[in-house]
Amino acid sequence: MTRIAAVSWNTFREAVRDRVLYNLVFFALLLIATAILVGQISIGIETIVLVSLGLSAISVIGLLIAVFTGVGLVSKEIEKRTLYALLSKPLRRWEFLVGKFGGLVLTLTVNTGAMAVGLMLALLYVKHSLGSGDATAFVAVYFILLKLAIVVALALLFSCFTSQLLAILFTSGLYIAGLFISEMRNLDASRVGPAARHFFTGISYLLPNFQNFDVMAAAAHARPLPGILIVHNTLYAMLYCAVVLGAASVVFGRKNLK
Amino acid sequence: MPEPAIEIESLTKDYPTGFLHLKTKRSLENLSMRIEEGESFGFLGPNGAGKSTTIKLLMGIIFPTSGSARILGRPITDVEMHKDIGYLPEQPYFYDYLTAAELLDYFARFYGMKSAERKERVGKMLKKVGLETAEKIQLRKYSKGMLQRVGLAQAILHDPKVVILDEPMSGLDPIGRHEVRDIISELKRGGKTVFFSTHILTDAEMLCDKVGVIVGGKLQGVGRPDEIVGVKAQEIEIVFDADDDVRSATLRAKASKSGSRYAMRVPEENVFAAIEEVRAAGAKLAAVTPIKPTLEEYFLHLVEKDRAQAAAIEVSGK
Repeated sequence: MTRIAAVSWNTFREAVRDRVLYNLVFFALLLIATAILVGQISIGIETIVLVSLGLSAISVIGLLIAVFTGVGLVSKEIEKRTLYALLSKPLRRWEFLVGKFGGLVLTLTVNTGAMAVGLMLALLYVKHSLGSGDATAFVAVYFILLKLAIVVALALLFSCFTSQLLAILFTSGLYIAGLFISEMRNLDASRVGPAARHFFTGISYLLPNFQNFDVMAAAAHARPLPGILIVHNTLYAMLYCAVVLGAASVVFGRKNLK
Repeated sequence: MPEPAIEIESLTKDYPTGFLHLKTKRSLENLSMRIEEGESFGFLGPNGAGKSTTIKLLMGIIFPTSGSARILGRPITDVEMHKDIGYLPEQPYFYDYLTAAELLDYFARFYGMKSAERKERVGKMLKKVGLETAEKIQLRKYSKGMLQRVGLAQAILHDPKVVILDEPMSGLDPIGRHEVRDIISELKRGGKTVFFSTHILTDAEMLCDKVGVIVGGKLQGVGRPDEIVGVKAQEIEIVFDADDDVRSATLRAKASKSGSRYAMRVPEENVFAAIEEVRAAGAKLAAVTPIKPTLEEYFLHLVEKDRAQAAAIEVSGK
């Protein structure tokens, strides 16, 4: 556990010293500030516009960091050969992978947290006070974080056996596919044929279901969410990450580093 | 018989080549050798001979196609064994956003060192490699030689029993090389097993109890540096001073003049006859030196032999 924590801490330290991430978070906060202005010209729906735009900004910036930093977590270490010295320490390859994953998720937590604080301050500015319904926006941010953790795990898996460019394409592709899970399950058999319907239904259970994490509408209207959804999404994200990281460990454990 | 520090048995490594990885290229063939505890072993060979491949296999960076190896009696797949091993990669590169002290502190965590112990060891190692004044500078600003020193510091940070160094003198100026040689000698005196690859033969001759020569992925020989090139001198050089008189003219005709002295090479069995001839010619004997082939000559001979074999195979293939 100490070894995993050491790798995580170093990954986090690398991200903290990378100015690009600061720029991205700054850009998100700027978007949230812009949402206040847009809200002011949207009479009667200021809060809805602010929360929707704010959560979208958090999600998009988080995704950019998760995908682009995620695919570089392992491949950059191989390319620069920094991994050689590291693997000569008493450190198992799966421990390295889990540590890298943990480090980026920690980075995303801090970044997303900073952006969430920005969103809450913007809400406070617009509404002058926060009600219990606004807690849904916090839950929405938490769900974005869970979604990002799955994206990081997928990016790590792909970067273990393919180039950075392909890993970005595969991860982005799976993310987009994961937004259309219910559509895949409800395909009209009379139009696509029963074989295609079975195929897409089957594959929809393998793909990450990112629709589960989309509660933006509820957050925008300050509607409370059932507690069971939080538990369900947390367990789903943990299990999905564990399976993907397990697969990544198997692939990476057999990889010859050049 | 005591357990060897490093034991390699029939280690072979093939790399896939070609667009579809359907062909393979053999980088290391059936390598077997033993390095005893406390020994300083030089692994010699030209670039691309298979030295780094062997070291990467030992460190678990790549996996063998066949064969096995053990370090301190444990298989190389056992990661816990790394607690007793230090490794310096060839042309090391480290996280450029860290300082040397931060990097060493990070690596020390993997050995379970507590905060105070880490601080003490890091300071000691930086001093040892002469980087104590640069400890707070980010590694991105380090020269190649400085990175090599950091690499050496991280390799011996945890006081390992076996130290494996891949081209430790590479990128260093003469002073740096001298300092690294001192560190290797100190490790040797401290009873550590040192296994290092190099193509600088004088370093191997100076530092090693034993050397192994590898060319074209095949081990050509293992032994003491003098043993490997053949202890028995084939020729003797006789150096003498002689006046330019008629008496010594025949003798002088057989020798070559170097400065004010003459030197001639004779087969070992003729040495006493040659000394008698020098005396009879009224010349003054200055030195009698056995001419042994140097490690470098042996090394070049092997490389040329390997190239000739490769060319012969290519010709017969055509």
